[in-house]
Order: sequence, then structure tokens, then C-alpha cells
Amino acid sequence: MSLIWEGLVHAVQLLFSADPEVLSITGLSLRVSGIATLVSLLVGLPLGTLLALGHFPTRRFWISLVNTGMALPPVVVGLAVSIFLWRSGPLGDLRLMYTPTAIIIAQTVIAAPVVTGLTLAALQQLNPRLELQLKGLGASRLQIVWALWREARLPLLAAVMAGFGSVISEVGASMMVGGNLRGQTRVLTTAIVLENSKGEFAVAIALSVILMLLAYLINLLLTWVQQRRLRE
Amino acid sequence: MSAVLEVRDLEILRDGRSVLRVPQLSVEEGEVLAVIGPNGAGKSTLMLTLCALLTPSRGELRFRGQPIPSRGALAYRRRTSLVLQEPLLMDTSVYDNAASGLRFRGLPRAETQRRAQHWLERLGVAGLAQRRARTLSGGEAQRVSLARALAVEPEILFLDEPFSALDAPTRARLLDDLQTLLSETRQTAVFVTHDLNEALLLGTRVAVLIAGELRQVAAPQQVFSAPADPEIAAFVGVETYLPAQVISQQDGLNLVAADGFQIEALGQQPPGRRVYVCLRPEDITLYTSAGVPASSARNRLSGTVTRTLPQGPLVRVTLDCGFPLVALITRSSAEEMGLAPGLPVQAAFKASAAHLIPRP
Repeated sequence: MSLIWEGLVHAVQLLFSADPEVLSITGLSLRVSGIATLVSLLVGLPLGTLLALGHFPTRRFWISLVNTGMALPPVVVGLAVSIFLWRSGPLGDLRLMYTPTAIIIAQTVIAAPVVTGLTLAALQQLNPRLELQLKGLGASRLQIVWALWREARLPLLAAVMAGFGSVISEVGASMMVGGNLRGQTRVLTTAIVLENSKGEFAVAIALSVILMLLAYLINLLLTWVQQRRLRE
Repeated sequence: MSAVLEVRDLEILRDGRSVLRVPQLSVEEGEVLAVIGPNGAGKSTLMLTLCALLTPSRGELRFRGQPIPSRGALAYRRRTSLVLQEPLLMDTSVYDNAASGLRFRGLPRAETQRRAQHWLERLGVAGLAQRRARTLSGGEAQRVSLARALAVEPEILFLDEPFSALDAPTRARLLDDLQTLLSETRQTAVFVTHDLNEALLLGTRVAVLIAGELRQVAAPQQVFSAPADPEIAAFVGVETYLPAQVISQQDGLNLVAADGFQIEALGQQPPGRRVYVCLRPEDITLYTSAGVPASSARNRLSGTVTRTLPQGPLVRVTLDCGFPLVALITRSSAEEMGLAPGLPVQAAFKASAAHLIPRP
């Protein structure tokens, strides 16, 4: 018990002492996962919309692919991205291995199918005749998409939360393509793994508390936006 | 009158099978064209085609003389609007819903506000403008859906069974309000329904669709009193068909011979033509053999009651007159006459109640 208590006390100390290393690790975690979520939104929102509203012969195949992608193991993604970014790999010349950009790429690969799949589900749960009604009211294709996004805004925000949640808490890929380099690619999850392996449980607990607090605050914000009700 | 919308040689195929054929149909300026037919007749398919939401497999749509391109029909859709069976409101305020069609068209804010407000008032739901659409009752929501469609001041308003999901009193009030509104504004509209009463109340013309085919287009009363073929007759409530042959024709009056008796009917069929005599049950009057008053009913038949079936305030009586004849009379007169199976009665009907349909 004292171990946990010590960890919590240490966490509070770390939080309020504004330890520069902790701050930079936390900042990098937020930045990397934030950008990865944003990029996966840019990819997943249009793709999920296309799969939900489009009529083309290979649609079912792509949907099954996206659904499989939602459960991609981060270590497998880490491996694949490593192979691509490796010095002798196809994208080796870009020299991205062991950089924050590499982590962003890997996390985007993890989050994009999640956002795509949940966007698809969010739009498919709308009444299919709504699209017809909007067309009949004179909406253009873009106006229809915009109106349907607005209509599905609550489940779409859930897609954002799930996308962010899947990458902020992921460790395998970050470790493999980032390398957990101190001051360069060390994020909260990789730091926790390291402190844990060193037996520095108090620091590991402190970092875990920060990670969970971060995840909680972000989701609190999104939940607040999601649950905000129009006045009745 | 001039045609706002015209359809020619329209055909819709689904899985290679023809589900709708309309050789010619037009929507005239200021009219309410009611499209009626039993479920599955292709009414909604026709409506979606007229809205340019469904591309016909064959045929052409012309809007004010110009063909509507199957791709890029947006310009046409922005001159029309649509109300479906479900209100399908967006999850936002009532006002935003009423304004949505105007916003799609990029109207200035002030004009959008004026028109949305005006049409919410016309439909009697202006008081709900700030309410969330989700909290409305079915009737209120359908009123908002109508306001949303009318706010764009469409050149054609398409209504696809807009009342069928509402309870009876709500439907009656809304139907009444819409009838007033359409006739006051002389709004051109196409109105799809399977309910004959709605078609009679709202329609200035009625198009009958049966099994994917356009069978008759005529004034509402004409469709009811002079259906063009036996299937339409059955749909509009004719229950008695009697095969017969025309004996003579004079001054718009046909004398026809059926199995063992003669019937006078309004009509101008040539002598010798084989016909069906169609009778609506509500046009038949019954008398007990005791007292048959002199009336203008030209036709009298003797028969016996085979069956009585109460229907609310009415009773459906089936007679055997050598052929089955169905009559609909009030419950009180049925009781007065003591109608029961086996009772001999006289059935009378006017020449104008007997409608002749040619048969092969």
C-alpha cells in the first residue's frame, strides 16, 4: 500500500513542482497523440462518410477492412512502420526513424481505422431517408454531408474520443518507432515502461496518474461539448 | 392551364423487371394532383422520380418545357420541395429546421428569417420556434416539416403520404389546414396517398396507379363514379360487377341486359357492346317487399338477404338477386326493416348510380 501512496504523493509533487522533464514528456505525448488524432480525423471522417453514403461495388470489402483495422495491434503497426522507415527501408531516406514524426505516423495508422469505422457507424445509424429528405429540400452533396455530420455529431465526437484514447494510451508502436529517446521521443507510456523496468515504481505511478488525468481531462472536455443540450 | 412538369414514356426497372410505366402524365400550374393506388402500386417510386431523386430507366421529365438532366438535377430540386411520411426533422431547433431549405439555397439572412417565421405561423407552430425539434409530437413535427417545405416557396410541392403516420384527429385537423392553405396560395402540388378521402379532399385531379401502371387520370368525382376499369373500380369501392350486354342507347341512357333482367344506366355505349355494370354499395337502397315507395330509382331488383355485417354506424348487406349484390345501409334502417338472412327484399338504384365499363 505504501508503494501506491508514495507514488501518488510523488505524482502530486511532480505535478506541482513543474519538473521540466515531466513537462516535456507530457507535452510531447499530448502533441504527438493530438496531431495523430487530427490527421486520422482528416482521413477517417471523409473515408467513413464515403463508406456510409457511397454506392460502389467494393464497399463491403473496404468496410470489412476498416473493421479489422480498428483492432490493429499497436506492435504490429510499430513493426510495419519501422520496416518502412528503417534506414534501408522504402522511406529510409526521409530519416524519420526514432523521431516524433515516426510516432505520429504510427499512431495515425492506429487511430485512422478507429475514426473511420466509428464515423461509418455514426452515419449508418441515422435514418436512411434523411439523405433523401435533404436532397428533396434542395441540398447539394456537400450540404447533405455537412447536415448529416451535424446530425451525427454526438457519435462523431465519440469517434474522436476513441481515436485519441487509442493512441494516447498506446505503448508498443511508440517504443518501436520512437525508441524512447530521452528528451527526444520519450512519451508518457514509454517513460512508464522504462521507470517500471528500473523498479522506480513511484515515478511510474506518478507518470501513470498524469497520463490518466490527461486522458480524463480531454474526454471531460469532449463529453462536455457532446452533452451540451440546446435549450428545450 | 399549362404543364409545369411533364412525363413521357416513363419506365422504371428494378432487377430487370418493370415496376412502373407511365406513358404520359403532366402536372398543371396551380393544381393538386393526387396520386392514389393500393400499397405497392408504385406511388412512391413515381413520386421519387418526379422529384428527380430516382433516375428513370427510360423516358423523360420536362420542367416548364425543359428536360431535367438525370445528373445535375440540383437546380430543379431547388425549385421544388418535398414532404415525406415521416417528418425527418434535424436534431436542432424548430426554427432552424424551417429555415434549412432556405439556407441550402443561400438566401440572405433577413429573408430566411422572414419566410421561416411566416410559414411557421401559417402552419400554426410559430410558438414552438425555439423548441428542440426532437421534443415535438407527431402532428407538430409534420407541421414543421410542411413549413420547412413551403418556406422555399416551391414551384411544385411533393407530398408523399404526409398524414399516414398521424392519429385520426390530428390527421383530420392537418388535412383541413393544408387544404385551406393549398387552395388559398394556389400552390402546385403532387400528393401521394392510399387514402381515398384525402385524395377527394385535396386533389383537383386524381391519377390512379395500379400494379405499376397509370390507369386513369381524371377529376376526383369522375374516378369515383366512373372508374375506367374493374381494378380501379374495386380500389375506389365498387363492390358489385355484373356482366351484361347493351341493348339500346338513347339520350345518354343505356339499357343493358344481364342474366334474366334489364338495367338502365347512364352511358353512351353502342348496342351490342359487352359491359360490366358497376354498383357502389352506398348507392343501393333496400325496401322490404311490403312497402316500395315511388322514387326516381329506375332500377329495381328482387332478392333475399344472405348476410349482414355491421360496420360501425353502417351495415353491409349481401343479397342474392341471382348474383351477389352488396348494399351499405344505416344501422337504424337495417333494424327497422328487421334485416336477417333469408328475408326477401327489393333493391333499388338510380340509373346514374350504375356505371358501365366495357369488357372484352
